[in-house]
Amino acid sequence: MSKVRKDYEQSKWHRFSQWLNGEMPVEYKSSPEWHLTDEELSKKYEEDMERAKTAQRKEARLYAKYRSWPEEKGVHIYERVYRILAVLICLAVIGSLLITVSYLPEFGNSDNPVNNEVSKRYIEQGIQETGAVNIVTGMILDYRAFDTFGESHVLFIAVSCVFIILRLGIGKEKNIEDEKAKEAENDRLLEPKNDKILQKAAFFLVPIIFIFGIYVILFGHLSPGGGFSGGAIIGAGLILYLDAYGFQKTERFFTLKTFRVVSLAGLLTYAAAKSYSFFTGANHIKSIIPLGIPGHILSSGLILVLNICVGAVVSCTMYAFYVLFRKGDF
Amino acid sequence: MEFIRNLPFIGIFLCMSTGVINSVLDGKWAKKVSFTVITANLFMSILVLYYVWQTKQSYIYVMGHHPAPWGNEIRFGILEGAFATFFCLIMLLSVLGGVKRLEEDISEKRSNLYYVLVNLLMAAILALTYTNDLFTAYVFVEIMTIGACGIIVIRGEGRSLLASVKYMIMSLLGSGLILIGLTLIYDLTGHLLMSNIQEAAQQLVKSGQYQVPFTSAIALISVGLAMKSALFPFHSWLPDAYTYATSASSAILSSLVSKAYIFLLIKIYYRVIGLSIIFQNKILNILFLFGIAGMIFGSLSAIRQDDLKKMIAYSSVAQIGYIYMGIGLGTTAGMLAAVFHIMSHAASKSMMFLSASGLSQVSGRSCNYRKLIGAAHRNRIAGFAFLVGAFSMVGIPMTAGYISKVYFAQAAIQAPYQFKMIITVITLGISTILNAVYFIRALIVIYQPLKGQKQGADGRRDFRMAVALWALVVTNLFLGMHSDAVVDLLRAGLRMFC
Amino acid sequence: MGANLFHNYYETVAVILFGIGFTTLLLHRNMIKKIIGLNIMDTAVYLFLAAKGYIEGRMAPIVVNGIQKQEAYINPIPSGLVLTGIVVSVSVTAVMLALTIRLYRRYGSLDVDEISMKAKKEER
Repeated sequence: MSKVRKDYEQSKWHRFSQWLNGEMPVEYKSSPEWHLTDEELSKKYEEDMERAKTAQRKEARLYAKYRSWPEEKGVHIYERVYRILAVLICLAVIGSLLITVSYLPEFGNSDNPVNNEVSKRYIEQGIQETGAVNIVTGMILDYRAFDTFGESHVLFIAVSCVFIILRLGIGKEKNIEDEKAKEAENDRLLEPKNDKILQKAAFFLVPIIFIFGIYVILFGHLSPGGGFSGGAIIGAGLILYLDAYGFQKTERFFTLKTFRVVSLAGLLTYAAAKSYSFFTGANHIKSIIPLGIPGHILSSGLILVLNICVGAVVSCTMYAFYVLFRKGDF
Repeated sequence: MEFIRNLPFIGIFLCMSTGVINSVLDGKWAKKVSFTVITANLFMSILVLYYVWQTKQSYIYVMGHHPAPWGNEIRFGILEGAFATFFCLIMLLSVLGGVKRLEEDISEKRSNLYYVLVNLLMAAILALTYTNDLFTAYVFVEIMTIGACGIIVIRGEGRSLLASVKYMIMSLLGSGLILIGLTLIYDLTGHLLMSNIQEAAQQLVKSGQYQVPFTSAIALISVGLAMKSALFPFHSWLPDAYTYATSASSAILSSLVSKAYIFLLIKIYYRVIGLSIIFQNKILNILFLFGIAGMIFGSLSAIRQDDLKKMIAYSSVAQIGYIYMGIGLGTTAGMLAAVFHIMSHAASKSMMFLSASGLSQVSGRSCNYRKLIGAAHRNRIAGFAFLVGAFSMVGIPMTAGYISKVYFAQAAIQAPYQFKMIITVITLGISTILNAVYFIRALIVIYQPLKGQKQGADGRRDFRMAVALWALVVTNLFLGMHSDAVVDLLRAGLRMFC
Repeated sequence: MGANLFHNYYETVAVILFGIGFTTLLLHRNMIKKIIGLNIMDTAVYLFLAAKGYIEGRMAPIVVNGIQKQEAYINPIPSGLVLTGIVVSVSVTAVMLALTIRLYRRYGSLDVDEISMKAKKEER
C-alpha cells in the first residue's frame, strides 16, 4: 500500500467499489469559498439556511402528501382499476372460449369424433377383458390404470403436504408449546358438549353410513361407485362419529399410527397389484388372475382388490384432513 | 422382449413406492432410501439410453394388457433417455448439496416428509418424461405442482408460506388451462394417446375441420404450461418461491420442476400436434415475444437486486425466456437450441443456488451483498462453483452457456422470418451484456480481498456440498467442451421424437 | 362465430363458469374466495367433460341384461376422466385450505395483498 493516491476517496474506482458493496457514494464538496470576507460569508450562510428551511418545509409537505397518497386516493384508484381489469379479463377469457365452443362438434350427437373405436372396445369387449360390469370402473382400473395409480398418489402427496403445513412446530421452535396450548384450548371449544341429539343421531346413522360405504366399495365393479366414492362416504361417517363423541372415543381405534399403516398397506398393495399386471401385460405373459363370472361379487380379477385398497386409503385420508384442519395434529 | 425394456417402468414404480414407504421411516433412513433410489434410477436410465442408442429405435412400453388406443403407454427414445438421465443426476446432486442446510432448516421429525416429496417429485418428473398419454401427463403435472408447493413451504417461515401460496395460485390457473385444453383436444380427436392424436390432428388439418377450437386448444395448453414454468408475464411467483425456499428446494425447483414442464411442452408440440402444424401456428410468435421480453426484463430486474439469491432467481426468468425464444423461432434448429439450453441452464442454476447457500453460510446466513464481501475466500469451493456458473450464464467459452448461445444464434440465422432473426440476434447481444453486468458485480463482491479477517473462519466445511458442487462443475464443463457429442445425441433424439 | 353456440348450451355454460372461476382465482384478494374460484373452475371443466360424453337417448355405461352394443351406452371415457379429475381437485383444495389456515394464524388476515404488505414490513 505504498502508492495510495491522496484523492483516492474521490476516484471513480472508489465510488465503483462502493456501489458494488451496496453503499451509497458520498458526495465531497470541492472549492470552499475562502476568498469571501466574513460578512459576506455570514450573509451567504443565512441565505443558505433560509433557502434550506423553505426547501425542507416544501419537501416535508410533498413527502406527507406522497405518504398519504396511497391510503387516501391510491387505494380507491387501485381498487377501481382492479375491478375493471377483473371484469375485462373475465370477459376476455369467456369470450374467447365461447368462440371456441361455437365451433365445437354438436352436443349429444353420436357421430362426434369422440365416439370412435376406443369407446367401442371399452363397451363391447369390456366385460370379457376386465370382468367388470361397470364399464367406467373397468376403464379406469384396468385399461387406463396408470392414470388412476398416479391419481391415488396425488391424494397421498396432498396429505403429506397438509401434514407439513399444519402439524405443529412448523414455525419457530420455541413457539411450539404456546401454540399447542392454544390449539388445545381452541379445540375444547369444539369438543362435544355431550349433545344428546347429535349423539343419538350418530348412533343410528354412523353404522348405516359405514355399511353403505362398504357396499359402494365392494360393488364398485357392478354398480355405480368404487373405491373413491365409497372411501369418501366412510370418511364422512368417521367425521360424524368424531363430531358426536369427541377425540377420546375415536382415538381408541384411529390414531396417527392407524392412518400410516392403512395408507402404507393400501398404496403398496395397489402398487404391487398394478406392477404385476403392467409387467405381465408388457411382456406378453398371460395373467394368472382369474376374471370370474361377470356380475358376481368375487369377479373382475384385481379390480375388487384395488377398489378395497383405494377405499381404505381415501377414507383414512379424508378423516386425516379433517383432524389436521381441526387440531393441527393427530 | 428384453428385460432391459422394463427398466423405465420399474424406475417410476420404485420411486413412488419408496416415496410411500418413506412416510413411515425416520429422517435418516428416509434419506438413505431416497439417495439409493435416485442413484438406481440414474444407472437404470443410463442403461436404457445405451440400449436405445445401440438399437437406434425408440420403443413403446404398454402399461397393461391392452395395446395402443385403449391402454396407457410409456415411450422411451433417445431424448427421453438423455433427459431422464440428466434429471436424475441433477436431482441427486441438488439434494446432496443442500442436505446440510436442509438439516438446519427442517426439524428432525419432519425431515422424512421432505424425502417423501423428493421421491414423488422424481417419479413425476420421470413419468412426464416418458409418458405417451396426455391425461397421464396431466395427473403427474398435478403431483409435481403439489410436491413443489410442499418443498417450498417446508421451511416453515412466514415468507415461504406466502411464496408457496403465490406459487400455488399461478400453477393452479395453469392446471385449469391445461385441463380444458386437453378436453378440447380429446373432443376434437377422440384420443388421449399422443401418437393417435397426431394422426387425427393431421386429418383435421387436411380436411380443414374444427380449425378454431384446435388452435385455441394449442394456445390454452401452451399458456398453461408457460404459466407453470414461469415465462415472463406469469413469473410473479418465481422470485419469492426460489428465494425463500431451502437451497435444495430452490435447486430442484429451478432446474427440474420448471424444466420438466418445458420438456412436456416440447413433447406435446412434437408428438401430439406435430411439427408441420405447430410451425404454422401463431401461438409460437406469442411465445417468442414473451421469451424476448422475459430475457430483457428478467435481466433488468436482476440488476436491481441486492440479494444474491433473488438475483439468481430473476436471472432464471431471463434464462427461461431464452428457452421459449428458441421454441418460438419455429424451426428444428431453434428446438435443438432450446433443448440444449434446458440442459445447460439446469446444470448451471442448480450449481448457483447451491453455491449461493454455501456462500451465505460463511457470511452470517445472509445473501445480502454487504455481508457477502469476500465470501469466496471463506468458502473457496462455493466461490469457484459460482464463478463457473456465472461464466456459463454470461456465455464465456468452455462453459455450457456459451454453447447454447452459439446454437441460439445459429438457429436465429436460419430462421425463416427476417424480423425474427434480427430481433433474436439483437436481444441475445443485449441480454448477454446485461447478464455480464450483474454477474460480474456479484463476482467482484464475493472475490473482494478482505484484510484482518481470518479466511475460512466460521463454519465447518460441508463435504457433501463440496462433492455436489465439484460434480456440477464437471457436468457444466463437460457440456461446454464435449458439446458435439451431447448435441448429436439430442439431435438424434429430436429426430426420433417426430 | 360458429353455428353451435346455442346448441352446445352445456358447453356454453361450462365455459362461462370457467371464466368466472378463473378470474376469481386470479384476481380476488381473499384466499377463501380464491379457493371457491378454483373449485368453480374445476367443476366447470367437469361439466364440460360430462357434456362431451353424453349422447342423446343412451344409458349410463353399466351393462344391464347383457346388452353390449356401442349404440346402447354413452361414452365412458369422459366419466373416467372426471373421476380422476375430482380426486385431483380435492387434493389441491385441501392443500390450499391448509395454506390458508397457516397464513391466517401467522398474519391474522385472509387478504393476500395485506399479507404481502405485512410480510414486507416485517422484513425491514
